[in-house]
Amino acid sequence: MKPILIRGARVVDPSVGRDEVADILLEGGVVRGVGRGLGAPDGAAVLDAAGLVAAPGLVDLHVHFREPGREDVETIATGARAAAAGGFTSVCAMPNTDPVTDNQAAVGFIVSQARRAGFARVYPIGAVSLGQKGEQMAEFGELIAAGAVAVSDDGKAVATAHLMRTALEYALTFGIPVIDHCEDVTLSHGGAMHEGVTSTRLGLKGIPRSAEDVIVARDITLTELTGGHVHFAHVSTAGAVRMIREAKARGLLVTAEATPHHLTLTDAACEGYDTNAKMNPPLREPRDLAALRAGLADGTIDCVATDHAPHHYDAKEAEFDNAPFGVVGLETALGLAVTELVEPGILSLPALIERMATRPAQIVHLPAGTLAPGAPADVVVFDPAAEWTVEPARFFSKSRNTPFAGRRLRGLVRWTVVGGRLAHTLGDPPDAPDRSTA
Amino acid sequence: MSGALGKDLLGLEYLTADQIRRILDTAEPFKEISERAIKKVPVLRGKTIVNLFFEASTRTRISFEFAEKRLSADTVNVAASGSSVTKGETLVDTARNLEAMRIDMVVMRHMSSGAAKFLADRIESSVINAGDGKHEHPTQGLLDLLTIRDHRPIEGTKVCIVGDVLHSRVARSNIWGLLKLGAEVAVCGPRSLLPLGIEELGVCCFRRVEEAIEWADVLNVLRLQLERMEAGYIPSLREYYRVFGVTVERLEKAPRDLLILHPGPMNRGVEIDSRVADGPHSVILGQVTNGVAVRMAVLYLLAGGNPDLAEAAKGGADR
Repeated sequence: MKPILIRGARVVDPSVGRDEVADILLEGGVVRGVGRGLGAPDGAAVLDAAGLVAAPGLVDLHVHFREPGREDVETIATGARAAAAGGFTSVCAMPNTDPVTDNQAAVGFIVSQARRAGFARVYPIGAVSLGQKGEQMAEFGELIAAGAVAVSDDGKAVATAHLMRTALEYALTFGIPVIDHCEDVTLSHGGAMHEGVTSTRLGLKGIPRSAEDVIVARDITLTELTGGHVHFAHVSTAGAVRMIREAKARGLLVTAEATPHHLTLTDAACEGYDTNAKMNPPLREPRDLAALRAGLADGTIDCVATDHAPHHYDAKEAEFDNAPFGVVGLETALGLAVTELVEPGILSLPALIERMATRPAQIVHLPAGTLAPGAPADVVVFDPAAEWTVEPARFFSKSRNTPFAGRRLRGLVRWTVVGGRLAHTLGDPPDAPDRSTA
Repeated sequence: MSGALGKDLLGLEYLTADQIRRILDTAEPFKEISERAIKKVPVLRGKTIVNLFFEASTRTRISFEFAEKRLSADTVNVAASGSSVTKGETLVDTARNLEAMRIDMVVMRHMSSGAAKFLADRIESSVINAGDGKHEHPTQGLLDLLTIRDHRPIEGTKVCIVGDVLHSRVARSNIWGLLKLGAEVAVCGPRSLLPLGIEELGVCCFRRVEEAIEWADVLNVLRLQLERMEAGYIPSLREYYRVFGVTVERLEKAPRDLLILHPGPMNRGVEIDSRVADGPHSVILGQVTNGVAVRMAVLYLLAGGNPDLAEAAKGGADR
């Protein structure tokens, strides 16, 4: 592996409070140093990054890679390739695959597929309950020994208050968060979008904010009871933001993420029955969007996570009721964040990097999100001013289900380095070698 | 094919007041055709129409079929049971196959909101929405408007829609049509059957049917389906009738005579008292008669019908 010298970038590393023009030397798979006028060792690849931003590689706590089970829609290799294209160097894969990632062998399979693929690092998240059925707890210790970094029954909420309580308690042994998808299905059952005047007009069954809020309230109460760590996946409501802010003020160990789509769109995107605007939780109203942005700015929402959820175009080419929930997000997240959050002044660029790299890495204890000497050589280099158009046909992901097609964005990834190797260079042809099925 | 209405009729939300009036005005001369001994004019001769019903329907399907036949169109009926749909065909494939057969119009009833638009976006033929999920049922809205207009000017009339507004496409089409033509609109029912944010559409809500009756000139009484009780929206049909039933006793207390509409099929003794349904102020059968005329008007206008409609309507079947 050749050393890499990234020369003359604006280096933004929130983990050490750095924001200055400097060079970064990567050698032996780790960060060797950051400073001005670093010399290039013999044989080093030199990346001229003048005018560009270099930051710790982005970390995504929430992706769905569909392998095993739906390799036609995404594989671990294509997902990891798409991640690298989006500037992500570490992603956490949710366990709602087929079969469910609820045992040591299933976790090991993901780890080995990710290792074969290269590109971004893929960390499995294990299931809370066997088969995600909400009954018997999975063997957290075994899952973690095999490489899992958290547990979740994502796709649905941890089914009962009792199971959530015991999961929070049991997870304390291992120091991992229980990630919850907050949705009371007795309130959301059959719903296709946010419940409000738009769902009323479109005649679509709504999912009320309360479907999320009652589970957030339940989990906060249980965190208080147990001293455990709950991480709230894809927060979508103003009420959830308010409760999380209050819980944090009371010193409870709660963390939260919001998606790029919830931070940029409202339920108006469902007009015309656009199935690419169908996701769970649903896009909500302007006041929820404002609350999420305020929450992200003040740290109530710790991080941005994509909830990258690929689906086959046949599945989305359907009646709104019958289309599956979910959008892809890895390849648009940074551009959306720069364009919609940094440029309007909601977040500074260092704050954005903190919420897309440093903080998510801390939540699941990954050795990432920092360019400190000795840290893994995971770096994203991007042009914050370069304008580009979202063209789904050029995605590295196998799926194209995005509501942002045609959107003009600023913030373009030039290079992504994972473990000291170039995992993505701008202009790479978008036909990812899929070594997992080769 | 595009005329006064554009390619499709997907909902009254998407029409202007002028377009709605145009349809109602066009329906007037078509009423007369149905009174003739030979109920047929050749205005859609050579046009092919598919009636594609993914949900059971008697009244609407028959009404469309009569309208089509009285305009001399060639029609084919497809019901979901026994069709390729039950063999797992997707709506997009159904649409492409219809398109490949070069038909002129599709009349579709479907259980999913937005299905009519989905189809219309994917085929060149005109699509008439005969009810899509909980979204709209525009020809029902139009026939309700025509029926009210037979008795009083719509502008300024107070119309209350009573019952299960939450699941009702009839309610939504009525709300849009009535508001566009200048009526005042209210809804009344248990809050569990009124959709969130309905007031933002410009209607007021009555919690008690007695208040609605005191306010309204017209009641449009919606069918209450047994499934709503099973799904827990209301405790029982018996109690629904006791609290929200449109009864003679309640109507007798009204300060004026109310016009009573019902889109059918009726549940006598659930949402409506038989004595009201069969009473002097009920125009329920008039709605059914108007349904054929309104559908003839929609078919005619979507087919690019001659604005000089009277001429067409006068044309005899003997030509």
